[in-house]
Amino acid sequence: MAEIATRMGPLDGRSLATNAVVIEAARPASRIALRAPSASLAALSLALGVDLPDRPKSAASRGTRHAFWLGPDEWLIIDEDRTDLNVACRGAEVLHSCVDVSHRNTAILVSGARVEDVLSAGCPQDLSLEAFPVGACSRTVLGKIEIVLYRTAEDDFRIEVWRSFSDYAFTLLTEAARDLSS
Amino acid sequence: MTSFRLADVGRLDASKTARFTFDGRSLSGLEGDTLASALIANGIHLVGRSFKYHRPRGILSAGSEEPNALVGVHRDAARRTPNVRATVQELYDGLSAVSQNRWPSLAFDMGAVNNLGAPFFSAGFYYKTFMWPKAAWKHLYEPQIRNAAGLGTAPEESDPDHYASRYAHCEVLVVGGGAAGLAAASAAAESGQRVILCDEQAGLGGALRFESGSQIDGVAGWDWAQATAAKLAGMDNVRILPRTTAFGYYAQNMVGLVERVTEHLATPDPELPRERLWHVRAKRVVVATGAIERHMVFADNDRPGIMLASAARHYLNHYGVAVGREVGIYTANDSAYGAALDLHRAGIRIAAIVDLRDDPRGEMIDAARAAGIELLTGHCVAKTGGRLRVSSMAVMPKAGGASRIIPVDALLVSAGWTPSVHLFSQSRGKLAFDTRRQIFLPGAQAQECISIGACNGTESLAETLEEALAAGAQAVRGVGGEASRSISLPSRTAESWTGGMSGSAPGAEPGKAVKAFVDFQNDVTAKDIGQAVREGMRSIEHVKRFTTNGMATDQGKTSNLHGLAIASEILGKPMPEVGLTTFRAPFTPVTFGAIVGHGRGALFDPTRKTPMHSFAEEQGAVFEDVGQWKRAWYFPQAGEDMHAAVARECRTVREAAGMFDASTLGKIEVVGPDAAEFMELMYTNPWKKLGVGRCRYGIMLREDGFVMDDGVVGRLADDRFHVTTTTGGAARVLHHMEDYLQTEFPHLNVWLTSVSEQWAVIAVQGPKARDIIAPLVAGIDLSDEAMPHMSVREGTILGVPTRLFRMSFTGERGFEINVPADYGRVVWDAVWAEARGQGACAYGTETMHVLRAEKGFIIVGQETDGTVTPHDLGLDWAIGSKKSDFVGIRGLKRPDLVASGRKQLVGLKTKDPKIVLEEGAQIVADPRQPIPMKMIGHVSSSYWSENCGRSIALALLQDGRSLMGETLFLPMPDRTIEVEVTSPVFFDEKGERVHG
Repeated sequence: MAEIATRMGPLDGRSLATNAVVIEAARPASRIALRAPSASLAALSLALGVDLPDRPKSAASRGTRHAFWLGPDEWLIIDEDRTDLNVACRGAEVLHSCVDVSHRNTAILVSGARVEDVLSAGCPQDLSLEAFPVGACSRTVLGKIEIVLYRTAEDDFRIEVWRSFSDYAFTLLTEAARDLSS
Repeated sequence: MTSFRLADVGRLDASKTARFTFDGRSLSGLEGDTLASALIANGIHLVGRSFKYHRPRGILSAGSEEPNALVGVHRDAARRTPNVRATVQELYDGLSAVSQNRWPSLAFDMGAVNNLGAPFFSAGFYYKTFMWPKAAWKHLYEPQIRNAAGLGTAPEESDPDHYASRYAHCEVLVVGGGAAGLAAASAAAESGQRVILCDEQAGLGGALRFESGSQIDGVAGWDWAQATAAKLAGMDNVRILPRTTAFGYYAQNMVGLVERVTEHLATPDPELPRERLWHVRAKRVVVATGAIERHMVFADNDRPGIMLASAARHYLNHYGVAVGREVGIYTANDSAYGAALDLHRAGIRIAAIVDLRDDPRGEMIDAARAAGIELLTGHCVAKTGGRLRVSSMAVMPKAGGASRIIPVDALLVSAGWTPSVHLFSQSRGKLAFDTRRQIFLPGAQAQECISIGACNGTESLAETLEEALAAGAQAVRGVGGEASRSISLPSRTAESWTGGMSGSAPGAEPGKAVKAFVDFQNDVTAKDIGQAVREGMRSIEHVKRFTTNGMATDQGKTSNLHGLAIASEILGKPMPEVGLTTFRAPFTPVTFGAIVGHGRGALFDPTRKTPMHSFAEEQGAVFEDVGQWKRAWYFPQAGEDMHAAVARECRTVREAAGMFDASTLGKIEVVGPDAAEFMELMYTNPWKKLGVGRCRYGIMLREDGFVMDDGVVGRLADDRFHVTTTTGGAARVLHHMEDYLQTEFPHLNVWLTSVSEQWAVIAVQGPKARDIIAPLVAGIDLSDEAMPHMSVREGTILGVPTRLFRMSFTGERGFEINVPADYGRVVWDAVWAEARGQGACAYGTETMHVLRAEKGFIIVGQETDGTVTPHDLGLDWAIGSKKSDFVGIRGLKRPDLVASGRKQLVGLKTKDPKIVLEEGAQIVADPRQPIPMKMIGHVSSSYWSENCGRSIALALLQDGRSLMGETLFLPMPDRTIEVEVTSPVFFDEKGERVHG
């Protein structure tokens, strides 16, 4: 039996750098969609090694592991080191649903001085630092698709998007960047 | 220096010339000109022909309210913009403009015959003239009217430019960059809050552009405006958007702005968007949109050279252009005196000021007298002379008497100012009528907005500035900011806006047979409005539609109040009782390009591709669109057409095997201790006893009992189901489930997660299916005993984790290999290598459809149309007979769903096996019955079946299951086709092949 095959992401090889922004595909990651009642949060936080956030538009991170609040009982957990999160969750013997979505999503990293403007071509949210600070996270809209937007630094965002919509997202950001660099 | 350009007047640099053409004639203007100012500088006032009567028309205004001066601006074959307002288009070197609505030339226009036939084109003529004969409408009248109507010609090539779109958020949006807007923006910006200030003009300043008599903060008004704009532009928290029109005010302070990025450039950078649409969400909106001057309504008031007094001041004071050499003034208010005085000072002769008022008083009137200008108070202009340009005005006392002909080459008119309440009204704010001044003003507000300055009816500059500073501070405080009010703006002005009238002037009352235009762009006269009222129109909404007053692209900016005043006078009712037409977005026309923005070409709609899409492309597959997905339709080999390719694929699958990309199927993971209980409620089938590792074909109903979706469900664990849905139903089914879970079954501990895109799905179907995958699979016993039909196992393939389903949509032994999507292509390639060795092929959706039809398997959306029950489809076996509840259980018991006579799924075999029926064709029992025949069913799926060696069809037929073996008929346009009713299963009726 062969070695485990290499992951082929939908955006492999795509990147764009202008004087305004840099847009690139993120490294493959592991992800789970986590659903649980509030009574289970403590145990799950312990198992995952990250405190599950309980406020809208918030996220928690520890190292390369991130927990995004998506709804009152819903989180997207990402591990950039590709650790098996299913195994981690299994350690918490409390009521929850853990579903592997590592390959459902792909991520686009957008950074640069005009990062807010490039995202504002398609995202209706207020992305100023006051309204969308570093660490903020929201399931939102980019043009005609749904994304999860996460601010990793003042000038850096991570966009989580379903893989078949990633071409649309990347192309829209490219077009938006064109408006900023001219 | 062109003939009407004055030295030492205006703000343009005489050394910076720009060449342009108008109707092919080469002309020269200056940088900073508008097309209108450059034309007037060249002595050209005739720029177009009117819409209905083809009357010669000139330039009425100097702004976006322009109804007349609409021209085509042509950059190249693909960039030919019709209906550009010459008063708004900035001049650039090389601009090419053409006049519209004339043939063969602007000066000699055949269409002007309409002017002579005017009695036939009275108000509402198209509702009356073209009523009879009825048939003529479609073939004669409508095409003719369409040809004659409309202005300008759209380009035939596709738009080569691109358009940008941006969302923006701010605490304070200021619309309008005149004295009021600039002051308000300054006050708001001081607080550090985010401020956006937009103005439709190229520069900021608003009316200060033409008002020569205003001083602010110790300097000339215009200079103050430029300094203030520069200061604001330097602040980090302020975004200034010139050439940007706030065109629409929507809910929750969402204001649409369109920014014209390249329209003014001679050679735009192709990387620049042509326009940019701003979706601004503002916490507070300050509306400082000013006022629009009204013309006087009198006979022949539309000749080229007749224009608004403020426009003449624009052309003089900003562009350094005189609108004539012998200028008459016809006014009912003070502000037109400013035009007379400015022109007089510039050395232009003022022929006379005709003032409708008996005894106007004030500084400006005194100044005019002191300047020695002839002042005819209590007089009116009865009519004008001239053909392609005004040449005289006939002046008489308004009470009647002898008229005197005064030669003029330009006539400036002013009936007063209409506050621009468009945006306030769009915000759903209520308008209040000012009885004394006979104007509508902002009243009760519906959103967080403040109107200031002229659009709020404030006339004096000092009051305007005070109001603006207060509004800026108020807006800031409203959003929790601190307003320090450190700015004070002392001002002085010699301007006066006192006076005004609306409706027709003496001599042009609606009864008079003269052409006194109210709406220039739609050629509506005072007489037309009178006629509308006489014919029974009482509300202004009816008058508007009957006469088309205010319905042109200028939306009646100069005409609405006049039209309303005339109707109210005839009806003897105050204006508010006659009504005010609704102000609708857009304020000025917005291009489709701006609205579409980035959403064209590849970004028109997302195109979804599976992880194995590239394989199909490499194999030369033909794709079909299924929702947003691209799916391989069939894989033609050299020399094959679709029929041959599909026949080969169908044969190969049943003889050896085939590979099919099923990744687009919807997939939902249902997880939780109550997962089985939830499945029981959502599907007709029983689930509690389904063993782990087993699969079941599930049917989902809507509450009304009709089939909504279907799919195979595998049980992965006691508390975990892997549900599949149709490709098109993926989102709908998840929403349906989530809706019931949250509203009807919130007590269940179960959660739903879409995993449609987590898994790439490789279907391997056919007698050789197991042989193909066996060498690649580890950790799963693939024997029939260990892994029978309708089972699911977890293991690895090529080392990649897989959920392997043994299932079949073809009737053959089949597997569906689910692997994480990023591994889809790698695993596919490995399976493909094995498949090739076994003589298998890749097949597309068409073959998938044929093979399932050979087996009588339904497709939701093809055999079902939202009115079909499981019973109609012969799927009673999929309804758990012992179940007490599931969504649709009560719907299924409705009398009409259990009555006889319902359409049931059957097969049809044509008597001639070569004939393939048309899907949708209707079935009758007796083809000789009179038309309309009684239709008893229809064909839902129909194909040529290579495996059966004949055509096959599925149909829904009334009481179909009791008609087996009967002969029925399908009447078609060219023939009637005979068919035999059969079982819907055409191939392997016993169903043995799935087991191997």
